Amino acid sequence: MLLRSPSLASEEPPPFDLKGSLFTLTVLHLFKLDRVAIERHLTEKIKQAPGFFNNTPVVIDLEGLEESRDGVDFAALYELLKGCGMVPVGIRNGNPKLQAVARLAGLPLLPESRSVGSVKKAEQGAEPVAARGRIVNHPVRSGQQIYAPNGDLIILGTVSAGAEIMADGHVHVYGLLRGRAQAGVRGDLEARIFCQGLEAELISIAGRYRVSEQIGSDDWGKAAQIRLADDRLIIDHLTR
Amino acid sequence: MATVIVVTSGKGGVGKTTTSASFATGLAQRGYRTAVIDFDVGLRNLDLIMGCERRVVYDFINVINNEANLNQALIRDKRVENLYILPASQTRDKEALTKEGVEKILHELKQSFDYIVCDSPAGIERGALMSLYFADEALVVTNPEVSSVRDSDRILGILASRSRRAEQGDEPVKEHLVLARYAPERADRGDMLGVDDVLEILGISLLGVIPESPTVLQSSNAGVPVILEEGSDAGAAYSDLVDRFLGKDLPHRFLVTQKKGFLKRLFGGN
Repeated sequence: MLLRSPSLASEEPPPFDLKGSLFTLTVLHLFKLDRVAIERHLTEKIKQAPGFFNNTPVVIDLEGLEESRDGVDFAALYELLKGCGMVPVGIRNGNPKLQAVARLAGLPLLPESRSVGSVKKAEQGAEPVAARGRIVNHPVRSGQQIYAPNGDLIILGTVSAGAEIMADGHVHVYGLLRGRAQAGVRGDLEARIFCQGLEAELISIAGRYRVSEQIGSDDWGKAAQIRLADDRLIIDHLTR
Repeated sequence: MATVIVVTSGKGGVGKTTTSASFATGLAQRGYRTAVIDFDVGLRNLDLIMGCERRVVYDFINVINNEANLNQALIRDKRVENLYILPASQTRDKEALTKEGVEKILHELKQSFDYIVCDSPAGIERGALMSLYFADEALVVTNPEVSSVRDSDRILGILASRSRRAEQGDEPVKEHLVLARYAPERADRGDMLGVDDVLEILGISLLGVIPESPTVLQSSNAGVPVILEEGSDAGAAYSDLVDRFLGKDLPHRFLVTQKKGFLKRLFGGN
Protein backbone atom coordinates (compact mmCIF):
# COMPACT_ATOMS: atom_id res chain seq x y z
CA MET A 1 0.00 0.00 0.00
CA LEU A 2 1.39 3.36 -0.90
CA LEU A 3 -0.51 6.58 -0.48
CA ARG A 4 1.15 9.75 -1.58
CA SER A 5 -0.01 13.08 -0.37
CA PRO A 6 -1.96 14.75 -3.18
CA SER A 7 0.65 16.43 -5.31
CA LEU A 8 -0.18 20.05 -5.56
CA ALA A 9 1.06 21.95 -8.51
CA SER A 10 2.60 24.61 -6.29
CA GLU A 11 4.25 22.22 -3.90
CA GLU A 12 6.71 19.60 -5.00
CA PRO A 13 8.07 17.14 -4.04
CA PRO A 14 5.32 15.99 -1.60
CA PRO A 15 6.13 16.40 2.07
CA PHE A 16 5.29 12.79 2.98
CA ASP A 17 4.50 9.29 1.85
CA LEU A 18 2.11 6.98 3.66
CA LYS A 19 3.23 3.38 3.52
CA GLY A 20 1.86 0.28 5.12
CA SER A 21 4.37 -1.65 7.15
CA LEU A 22 4.48 -4.63 9.48
CA PHE A 23 5.81 -4.47 13.02
CA THR A 24 6.34 -7.01 15.70
CA LEU A 25 4.73 -5.69 18.86
CA THR A 26 4.64 -7.05 22.35
CA VAL A 27 1.13 -7.91 23.42
CA LEU A 28 0.16 -7.62 27.05
CA HIS A 29 -2.68 -10.01 27.76
CA LEU A 30 -4.54 -8.42 30.63
CA PHE A 31 -6.46 -10.79 32.84
CA LYS A 32 -7.17 -8.79 35.98
CA LEU A 33 -7.24 -5.08 36.79
CA ASP A 34 -5.29 -5.34 39.99
CA ARG A 35 -2.90 -2.40 39.92
CA VAL A 36 -0.76 -3.69 42.75
CA ALA A 37 -0.40 -7.13 41.22
CA ILE A 38 0.34 -5.72 37.78
CA GLU A 39 3.02 -3.48 39.14
CA ARG A 40 4.58 -6.25 41.22
CA HIS A 41 4.71 -8.67 38.28
CA LEU A 42 6.09 -6.06 35.94
CA THR A 43 8.85 -5.13 38.37
CA GLU A 44 9.71 -8.81 38.55
CA LYS A 45 9.84 -9.08 34.75
CA ILE A 46 11.98 -5.98 34.44
CA LYS A 47 14.46 -7.51 36.87
CA GLN A 48 14.74 -10.53 34.58
CA ALA A 49 15.22 -8.51 31.43
CA PRO A 50 16.21 -4.96 32.28
CA GLY A 51 16.95 -3.92 28.71
CA PHE A 52 13.70 -5.19 27.31
CA PHE A 53 11.31 -2.66 28.83
CA ASN A 54 12.76 0.53 27.57
CA ASN A 55 9.91 2.47 26.04
CA THR A 56 8.70 -0.76 24.53
CA PRO A 57 5.51 -0.29 22.55
CA VAL A 58 2.84 -2.70 23.71
CA VAL A 59 -0.66 -3.61 22.68
CA ILE A 60 -3.10 -4.39 25.46
CA ASP A 61 -5.20 -7.45 24.73
CA LEU A 62 -8.49 -7.38 26.61
CA GLU A 63 -9.81 -10.75 25.54
CA GLY A 64 -9.03 -12.57 28.77
CA LEU A 65 -9.94 -9.66 31.01
CA GLU A 66 -12.45 -10.51 33.70
CA GLU A 67 -15.54 -8.31 33.91
CA SER A 68 -15.51 -5.58 36.51
CA ARG A 69 -18.25 -3.19 37.49
CA ASP A 70 -16.01 -0.16 37.49
CA GLY A 71 -14.90 -0.55 33.87
CA VAL A 72 -11.29 0.21 33.01
CA ASP A 73 -9.48 3.41 33.71
CA PHE A 74 -7.27 3.42 30.65
CA ALA A 75 -5.53 6.65 31.54
CA ALA A 76 -4.40 5.15 34.86
CA LEU A 77 -3.38 1.93 33.15
CA TYR A 78 -1.40 3.93 30.61
CA GLU A 79 0.49 5.74 33.37
CA LEU A 80 1.12 2.50 35.21
CA LEU A 81 2.63 0.81 32.15
CA LYS A 82 4.52 3.93 31.13
CA GLY A 83 6.07 3.96 34.59
CA CYS A 84 7.32 0.43 33.97
CA GLY A 85 8.99 1.23 30.66
CA MET A 86 6.15 0.33 28.29
CA VAL A 87 4.29 2.58 25.91
CA PRO A 88 0.79 1.37 25.17
CA VAL A 89 -0.03 2.02 21.52
CA GLY A 90 -3.44 0.42 21.24
CA ILE A 91 -5.80 -2.24 22.41
CA ARG A 92 -7.07 -5.47 20.96
CA ASN A 93 -10.29 -7.42 21.55
CA GLY A 94 -12.58 -6.51 24.44
CA ASN A 95 -16.25 -5.55 24.24
CA PRO A 96 -17.44 -2.46 22.33
CA LYS A 97 -17.95 -0.52 25.53
CA LEU A 98 -14.35 -1.04 26.63
CA GLN A 99 -13.17 -0.22 23.13
CA ALA A 100 -15.04 3.09 23.20
CA VAL A 101 -13.51 4.00 26.56
CA ALA A 102 -10.06 3.10 25.29
CA ARG A 103 -10.51 5.24 22.18
CA LEU A 104 -11.33 8.22 24.38
CA ALA A 105 -8.11 7.56 26.29
CA GLY A 106 -6.18 7.72 23.01
CA LEU A 107 -5.75 3.97 22.57
CA PRO A 108 -7.05 2.83 19.15
CA LEU A 109 -8.42 -0.63 18.50
CA LEU A 110 -6.01 -2.82 16.54
CA PRO A 111 -7.37 -5.59 14.34
CA GLU A 112 -7.30 -9.18 15.48
CA SER A 113 -4.01 -10.81 14.59
CA ARG A 114 -3.93 -14.13 12.83
CA SER A 115 -2.32 -16.09 15.63
CA VAL A 116 -5.00 -18.16 17.27
CA GLY A 117 -4.90 -19.23 20.86
CA SER A 118 -2.23 -16.71 21.74
CA VAL A 119 -3.71 -16.14 25.15
CA LYS A 120 -3.29 -19.78 26.05
CA LYS A 121 0.30 -19.81 24.83
CA ALA A 122 1.07 -16.78 26.94
CA GLU A 123 -0.34 -18.51 29.99
CA GLN A 124 1.87 -21.52 29.43
CA GLY A 125 4.91 -19.33 28.84
CA ALA A 126 5.51 -20.82 25.41
CA GLU A 127 9.09 -21.51 24.37
CA PRO A 128 10.18 -19.84 21.14
CA VAL A 129 9.80 -22.37 18.36
CA ALA A 130 12.45 -22.42 15.66
CA ALA A 131 10.83 -22.51 12.22
CA ARG A 132 13.55 -24.67 10.80
CA GLY A 133 11.75 -26.14 7.85
CA ARG A 134 12.31 -29.54 6.44
CA ILE A 135 15.29 -31.42 5.02
CA VAL A 136 14.75 -34.28 2.58
CA ASN A 137 17.73 -36.58 2.17
CA HIS A 138 16.58 -38.46 -0.90
CA PRO A 139 15.58 -37.66 -4.46
CA VAL A 140 11.96 -36.60 -4.91
CA ARG A 141 10.34 -38.87 -7.49
CA SER A 142 7.54 -38.31 -9.95
CA GLY A 143 4.21 -38.22 -8.17
CA GLN A 144 5.63 -37.32 -4.78
CA GLN A 145 4.56 -34.13 -3.09
CA ILE A 146 6.52 -32.57 -0.26
CA TYR A 147 5.46 -29.50 1.69
CA ALA A 148 7.37 -27.63 4.36
CA PRO A 149 4.92 -25.50 6.35
CA ASN A 150 6.30 -22.54 8.32
CA GLY A 151 9.77 -22.73 6.89
CA ASP A 152 12.21 -23.70 4.19
CA LEU A 153 12.37 -26.91 2.25
CA ILE A 154 15.79 -28.35 1.49
CA ILE A 155 16.12 -31.24 -0.94
CA LEU A 156 19.41 -33.10 -1.10
CA GLY A 157 18.94 -34.71 -4.49
CA THR A 158 17.13 -34.34 -7.75
CA VAL A 159 13.46 -33.42 -8.01
CA SER A 160 12.06 -35.46 -10.90
CA ALA A 161 9.56 -34.35 -13.50
CA GLY A 162 6.11 -34.94 -12.08
CA ALA A 163 7.18 -34.28 -8.49
CA GLU A 164 6.03 -31.26 -6.52
CA ILE A 165 7.84 -29.47 -3.72
CA MET A 166 6.41 -26.56 -1.74
CA ALA A 167 7.42 -24.41 1.20
CA ASP A 168 6.09 -21.43 3.08
CA GLY A 169 9.67 -20.17 3.02
CA HIS A 170 12.48 -20.79 0.55
CA VAL A 171 13.03 -23.90 -1.54
CA HIS A 172 16.56 -25.24 -1.95
CA VAL A 173 17.36 -28.09 -4.32
CA TYR A 174 20.86 -29.52 -4.19
CA GLY A 175 20.38 -31.38 -7.43
CA LEU A 176 18.42 -30.87 -10.62
CA LEU A 177 15.00 -29.30 -10.34
CA ARG A 178 12.83 -30.99 -12.96
CA GLY A 179 9.49 -31.01 -11.20
CA ARG A 180 7.34 -28.20 -9.82
CA ALA A 181 8.71 -25.95 -7.10
CA GLN A 182 6.72 -23.38 -5.16
CA ALA A 183 8.19 -21.07 -2.56
CA GLY A 184 6.24 -18.71 -0.32
CA VAL A 185 3.04 -20.64 -0.86
CA ARG A 186 1.31 -18.64 1.86
CA GLY A 187 2.20 -15.38 0.24
CA ASP A 188 5.75 -14.58 1.35
CA LEU A 189 6.99 -12.33 -1.46
CA GLU A 190 10.56 -12.56 -0.16
CA ALA A 191 10.75 -16.33 -0.58
CA ARG A 192 13.14 -17.69 -3.19
CA ILE A 193 13.92 -20.90 -5.02
CA PHE A 194 17.50 -22.13 -5.34
CA CYS A 195 18.58 -25.06 -7.47
CA GLN A 196 21.70 -26.54 -8.97
CA GLY A 197 20.08 -27.16 -12.33
CA LEU A 198 16.94 -25.41 -13.50
CA GLU A 199 14.84 -27.73 -15.66
CA ALA A 200 11.60 -27.16 -13.81
CA GLU A 201 8.09 -27.85 -15.05
CA LEU A 202 6.92 -24.90 -13.02
CA ILE A 203 8.44 -22.39 -10.65
CA SER A 204 6.29 -20.23 -8.44
CA ILE A 205 6.82 -17.69 -5.71
CA ALA A 206 3.84 -16.47 -3.72
CA GLY A 207 1.58 -17.52 -6.56
CA ARG A 208 3.49 -15.82 -9.40
CA TYR A 209 4.59 -18.61 -11.67
CA ARG A 210 6.37 -19.57 -14.85
CA VAL A 211 6.00 -22.87 -16.66
CA SER A 212 8.96 -24.52 -18.34
CA GLU A 213 8.04 -23.01 -21.70
CA GLN A 214 8.56 -19.59 -20.18
CA ILE A 215 12.04 -20.41 -18.90
CA GLY A 216 14.57 -19.18 -21.42
CA SER A 217 17.15 -21.45 -22.99
CA ASP A 218 19.89 -19.31 -21.45
CA ASP A 219 18.62 -20.26 -18.01
CA TRP A 220 17.85 -23.89 -18.78
CA GLY A 221 19.95 -26.36 -16.82
CA LYS A 222 21.81 -23.59 -15.01
CA ALA A 223 22.37 -23.28 -11.27
CA ALA A 224 19.97 -20.50 -10.44
CA GLN A 225 17.98 -18.62 -7.90
CA ILE A 226 14.49 -17.43 -8.59
CA ARG A 227 13.15 -14.41 -6.78
CA LEU A 228 10.36 -11.92 -7.04
CA ALA A 229 11.03 -8.31 -7.96
CA ASP A 230 8.24 -5.85 -8.72
CA ASP A 231 5.85 -8.75 -8.95
CA ARG A 232 7.93 -10.46 -11.64
CA LEU A 233 9.88 -13.69 -11.35
CA ILE A 234 13.57 -13.06 -11.89
CA ILE A 235 16.01 -15.86 -12.64
CA ASP A 236 19.62 -15.19 -11.59
CA HIS A 237 22.43 -17.57 -12.38
CA LEU A 238 24.47 -18.75 -9.45
CA THR A 239 28.18 -18.73 -10.04
CA ARG A 240 30.83 -20.47 -8.04
CA MET B 1 16.61 -65.59 5.52
CA ALA B 2 15.07 -65.36 2.12
CA THR B 3 15.24 -62.17 0.07
CA VAL B 4 12.06 -60.81 -1.47
CA ILE B 5 12.60 -59.10 -4.83
CA VAL B 6 9.88 -57.24 -6.68
CA VAL B 7 10.06 -56.82 -10.45
CA THR B 8 8.15 -53.66 -11.20
CA SER B 9 7.91 -50.76 -13.66
CA GLY B 10 4.73 -48.74 -13.42
CA LYS B 11 4.15 -48.97 -17.15
CA GLY B 12 2.80 -52.07 -18.84
CA GLY B 13 4.44 -54.04 -21.61
CA VAL B 14 8.02 -53.12 -20.76
CA GLY B 15 9.15 -56.63 -19.90
CA LYS B 16 8.35 -57.22 -16.24
CA THR B 17 7.09 -60.75 -16.66
CA THR B 18 9.86 -61.65 -19.11
CA THR B 19 12.37 -60.32 -16.62
CA SER B 20 10.72 -62.08 -13.66
CA ALA B 21 10.76 -65.40 -15.50
CA SER B 22 14.37 -65.17 -16.64
CA PHE B 23 15.64 -63.69 -13.38
CA ALA B 24 14.00 -66.39 -11.26
CA THR B 25 15.17 -69.10 -13.65
CA GLY B 26 18.72 -67.73 -13.54
CA LEU B 27 18.78 -67.70 -9.73
CA ALA B 28 17.51 -71.28 -9.63
CA GLN B 29 20.06 -72.38 -12.27
CA ARG B 30 22.78 -71.11 -9.95
CA GLY B 31 21.53 -73.34 -7.19
CA TYR B 32 19.28 -71.03 -5.17
CA ARG B 33 15.83 -72.22 -4.19
CA THR B 34 13.63 -69.67 -5.91
CA ALA B 35 9.89 -69.02 -6.01
CA VAL B 36 8.34 -66.63 -8.49
CA ILE B 37 4.89 -65.22 -7.74
CA ASP B 38 2.50 -63.73 -10.28
CA PHE B 39 0.80 -60.73 -8.65
CA ASP B 40 -1.17 -59.88 -11.79
CA VAL B 41 -4.42 -61.29 -10.44
CA GLY B 42 -7.00 -61.41 -13.20
CA LEU B 43 -4.44 -61.13 -16.02
CA ARG B 44 -2.42 -64.25 -15.41
CA ASN B 45 0.64 -64.32 -17.69
CA LEU B 46 3.66 -65.65 -15.85
CA ASP B 47 2.56 -69.27 -16.20
CA LEU B 48 2.44 -68.83 -20.00
CA ILE B 49 5.93 -67.37 -20.17
CA MET B 50 7.20 -70.12 -17.89
CA GLY B 51 5.39 -72.75 -19.94
CA CYS B 52 3.46 -74.25 -17.04
CA GLU B 53 -0.04 -72.99 -17.84
CA ARG B 54 -1.41 -76.48 -18.27
CA ARG B 55 -0.40 -77.51 -14.79
CA VAL B 56 -2.18 -74.76 -12.86
CA VAL B 57 -4.61 -76.26 -10.36
CA TYR B 58 -4.61 -73.87 -7.42
CA ASP B 59 -3.41 -70.29 -7.39
CA PHE B 60 -2.18 -67.47 -5.19
CA ILE B 61 -5.68 -66.36 -4.20
CA ASN B 62 -6.72 -69.89 -3.28
CA VAL B 63 -3.83 -69.96 -0.83
CA ILE B 64 -4.68 -66.51 0.57
CA ASN B 65 -8.26 -67.67 1.12
CA ASN B 66 -7.11 -70.95 2.70
CA GLU B 67 -8.75 -72.96 -0.06
CA ALA B 68 -5.45 -74.71 -0.75
CA ASN B 69 -2.12 -74.92 0.95
CA LEU B 70 1.03 -73.46 -0.50
CA ASN B 71 2.51 -76.80 -1.56
CA GLN B 72 -0.59 -77.58 -3.57
CA ALA B 73 -0.40 -74.28 -5.42
CA LEU B 74 3.35 -74.10 -6.10
CA ILE B 75 4.24 -75.50 -9.52
CA ARG B 76 7.66 -77.09 -9.80
CA ASP B 77 9.49 -76.13 -12.97
CA LYS B 78 10.28 -79.10 -15.17
CA ARG B 79 13.47 -77.74 -16.71
CA VAL B 80 15.27 -76.12 -13.81
CA GLU B 81 15.67 -77.57 -10.38
CA ASN B 82 14.92 -75.37 -7.34
CA LEU B 83 12.42 -73.26 -9.29
CA TYR B 84 8.78 -72.91 -8.29
CA ILE B 85 5.96 -70.82 -9.72
CA LEU B 86 2.97 -69.50 -7.81
CA PRO B 87 0.44 -68.52 -10.49
CA ALA B 88 -2.12 -65.74 -10.21
CA SER B 89 -5.83 -66.34 -10.28
CA GLN B 90 -7.39 -65.56 -13.62
CA THR B 91 -10.95 -65.35 -12.34
CA ARG B 92 -10.49 -62.91 -9.49
CA ASP B 93 -9.36 -59.31 -9.31
CA LYS B 94 -6.72 -57.42 -7.37
CA GLU B 95 -9.08 -56.75 -4.47
CA ALA B 96 -8.56 -60.36 -3.45
CA LEU B 97 -4.97 -59.47 -2.51
CA THR B 98 -4.86 -58.59 1.17
CA LYS B 99 -1.81 -57.40 3.00
CA GLU B 100 -2.30 -60.08 5.65
CA GLY B 101 -2.73 -62.79 3.01
CA VAL B 102 0.37 -61.77 1.06
CA GLU B 103 2.39 -61.51 4.26
CA LYS B 104 1.29 -64.97 5.34
CA ILE B 105 2.37 -66.53 2.03
CA LEU B 106 5.69 -64.70 1.90
CA HIS B 107 6.38 -65.71 5.48
CA GLU B 108 5.73 -69.33 4.66
CA LEU B 109 7.84 -69.21 1.49
CA LYS B 110 10.71 -67.63 3.39
CA GLN B 111 11.06 -70.76 5.48
CA SER B 112 12.16 -72.89 2.55
CA PHE B 113 13.34 -70.54 -0.22
CA ASP B 114 16.40 -68.35 -0.80
CA TYR B 115 14.79 -65.90 -3.20
CA ILE B 116 11.19 -64.91 -3.71
CA VAL B 117 10.57 -62.99 -6.94
CA CYS B 118 7.34 -60.98 -7.09
CA ASP B 119 6.15 -60.20 -10.62
CA SER B 120 4.23 -56.94 -10.27
CA PRO B 121 1.28 -55.97 -12.45
CA ALA B 122 1.41 -52.66 -14.32
CA GLY B 123 0.01 -49.55 -12.71
CA ILE B 124 0.28 -48.23 -9.19
CA GLU B 125 -2.89 -49.75 -7.82
CA ARG B 126 -3.48 -52.47 -5.29
CA GLY B 127 -1.75 -55.32 -7.15
CA ALA B 128 1.41 -53.32 -7.73
CA LEU B 129 1.40 -51.95 -4.19
CA MET B 130 0.96 -55.41 -2.67
CA SER B 131 3.76 -56.85 -4.80
CA LEU B 132 6.26 -54.24 -3.68
CA TYR B 133 5.14 -53.75 -0.08
CA PHE B 134 7.20 -56.56 1.42
CA ALA B 135 10.18 -56.24 -0.94
CA ASP B 136 13.80 -56.14 0.20
CA GLU B 137 15.10 -55.35 -3.26
CA ALA B 138 13.52 -54.16 -6.48
CA LEU B 139 14.27 -54.62 -10.16
CA VAL B 140 12.80 -51.61 -11.90
CA VAL B 141 12.25 -52.47 -15.55
CA THR B 142 12.36 -49.55 -17.96
CA ASN B 143 12.32 -49.12 -21.70
CA PRO B 144 14.39 -46.36 -23.25
CA GLU B 145 11.51 -43.98 -23.83
CA VAL B 146 10.31 -41.03 -21.79
CA SER B 147 6.94 -42.29 -20.58
CA SER B 148 8.41 -45.55 -19.34
CA VAL B 149 11.20 -43.71 -17.55
CA ARG B 150 8.75 -41.36 -15.87
CA ASP B 151 6.59 -44.24 -14.70
CA SER B 152 9.66 -45.95 -13.30
CA ASP B 153 10.49 -42.76 -11.46
CA ARG B 154 7.01 -42.84 -9.98
CA ILE B 155 7.44 -46.44 -8.87
CA LEU B 156 10.79 -45.59 -7.29
CA GLY B 157 9.02 -42.90 -5.32
CA ILE B 158 6.43 -45.40 -4.14
CA LEU B 159 9.15 -47.88 -3.16
CA ALA B 160 10.80 -45.15 -1.14
CA SER B 161 7.63 -44.09 0.63
CA ARG B 162 5.05 -46.88 0.73
CA SER B 163 6.95 -50.12 1.11
CA ARG B 164 7.04 -51.78 4.49
CA ARG B 165 10.70 -50.89 4.84
CA ALA B 166 9.85 -47.23 4.30
CA GLU B 167 6.89 -47.31 6.66
CA GLN B 168 8.90 -48.95 9.42
CA GLY B 169 11.93 -46.77 8.86
CA ASP B 170 14.17 -49.74 8.02
CA GLU B 171 16.99 -49.77 5.50
CA PRO B 172 15.37 -48.67 2.21
CA VAL B 173 14.48 -51.13 -0.55
CA LYS B 174 17.57 -51.70 -2.69
CA GLU B 175 16.85 -50.50 -6.21
CA HIS B 176 18.27 -51.94 -9.43
CA LEU B 177 17.62 -50.70 -12.94
CA VAL B 178 16.91 -53.11 -15.78
CA LEU B 179 16.86 -51.38 -19.13
CA ALA B 180 14.95 -53.66 -21.49
CA ARG B 181 14.30 -53.51 -25.24
CA TYR B 182 17.42 -51.50 -25.82
CA ALA B 183 18.52 -50.94 -29.40
CA PRO B 184 21.93 -49.25 -29.48
CA GLU B 185 21.69 -48.16 -33.09
CA ARG B 186 18.37 -46.41 -32.44
CA ALA B 187 19.78 -44.76 -29.33
CA ASP B 188 22.73 -43.58 -31.40
CA ARG B 189 20.34 -42.10 -33.94
CA GLY B 190 18.49 -40.35 -31.13
CA ASP B 191 15.27 -42.30 -31.72
CA MET B 192 15.35 -43.63 -28.20
CA LEU B 193 16.96 -42.58 -24.96
CA GLY B 194 20.51 -43.76 -24.36
CA VAL B 195 21.60 -45.72 -21.32
CA ASP B 196 23.26 -42.65 -19.83
CA ASP B 197 20.11 -40.55 -20.35
CA VAL B 198 18.01 -43.04 -18.42
CA LEU B 199 20.59 -43.40 -15.65
CA GLU B 200 20.82 -39.66 -15.36
CA ILE B 201 17.08 -39.29 -14.89
CA LEU B 202 16.53 -42.18 -12.51
CA GLY B 203 19.80 -42.06 -10.62
CA ILE B 204 19.91 -45.70 -9.53
CA SER B 205 22.44 -48.41 -10.29
CA LEU B 206 22.22 -50.30 -13.56
CA LEU B 207 21.86 -54.04 -13.14
CA GLY B 208 21.50 -54.98 -16.77
CA VAL B 209 20.69 -53.84 -20.27
CA ILE B 210 18.58 -56.30 -22.28
CA PRO B 211 18.87 -55.76 -26.01
CA GLU B 212 15.78 -55.67 -28.21
CA SER B 213 15.65 -59.16 -29.69
CA PRO B 214 13.19 -61.25 -31.69
CA THR B 215 14.15 -64.20 -29.49
CA VAL B 216 12.24 -62.64 -26.56
CA LEU B 217 8.95 -62.84 -28.44
CA GLN B 218 9.65 -66.30 -29.81
CA SER B 219 10.58 -67.74 -26.45
CA SER B 220 7.58 -66.08 -24.77
CA ASN B 221 5.29 -67.75 -27.24
CA ALA B 222 7.07 -71.03 -26.72
CA GLY B 223 6.80 -70.76 -22.93
CA VAL B 224 10.54 -70.79 -22.38
CA PRO B 225 12.23 -68.11 -20.27
CA VAL B 226 14.61 -66.35 -22.65
CA ILE B 227 17.55 -66.90 -20.30
CA LEU B 228 17.40 -70.56 -21.32
CA GLU B 229 17.95 -69.59 -24.97
CA GLU B 230 21.67 -69.88 -24.90
CA GLY B 231 23.33 -68.08 -27.74
CA SER B 232 20.73 -65.32 -27.90
CA ASP B 233 21.74 -61.78 -26.98
CA ALA B 234 18.80 -61.31 -24.65
CA GLY B 235 19.46 -64.64 -22.92
CA ALA B 236 23.11 -63.79 -22.40
CA ALA B 237 22.18 -60.35 -21.10
CA TYR B 238 19.80 -61.87 -18.52
CA SER B 239 22.47 -64.34 -17.53
CA ASP B 240 24.92 -61.49 -16.91
CA LEU B 241 22.21 -59.64 -14.99
CA VAL B 242 21.70 -62.55 -12.60
CA ASP B 243 25.44 -62.89 -12.04
CA ARG B 244 25.72 -59.20 -11.35
CA PHE B 245 22.81 -59.40 -8.91
CA LEU B 246 24.70 -62.15 -7.07
CA GLY B 247 27.73 -59.91 -6.79
CA LYS B 248 29.85 -60.63 -9.86
CA ASP B 249 31.47 -57.63 -11.47
CA LEU B 250 30.72 -57.97 -15.17
CA PRO B 251 30.95 -55.28 -17.85
CA HIS B 252 27.70 -54.35 -19.57
CA ARG B 253 27.35 -55.85 -23.03
CA PHE B 254 25.09 -55.08 -25.99
CA LEU B 255 25.35 -51.34 -25.49
CA VAL B 256 27.08 -50.40 -28.71
CA THR B 257 26.44 -50.71 -32.39
CA GLN B 258 30.03 -50.83 -33.46
CA LYS B 259 33.41 -50.24 -31.95
CA LYS B 260 32.74 -46.99 -30.19
CA GLY B 261 32.34 -47.82 -26.51
CA PHE B 262 29.47 -46.62 -24.41
CA LEU B 263 31.86 -45.81 -21.59
CA LYS B 264 33.88 -43.78 -24.01
CA ARG B 265 30.81 -41.77 -24.97
CA LEU B 266 29.72 -41.54 -21.36
CA PHE B 267 33.04 -40.24 -20.13
CA GLY B 268 33.71 -38.04 -23.11
CA GLY B 269 36.59 -39.96 -24.67
CA ASN B 270 35.37 -38.91 -28.11
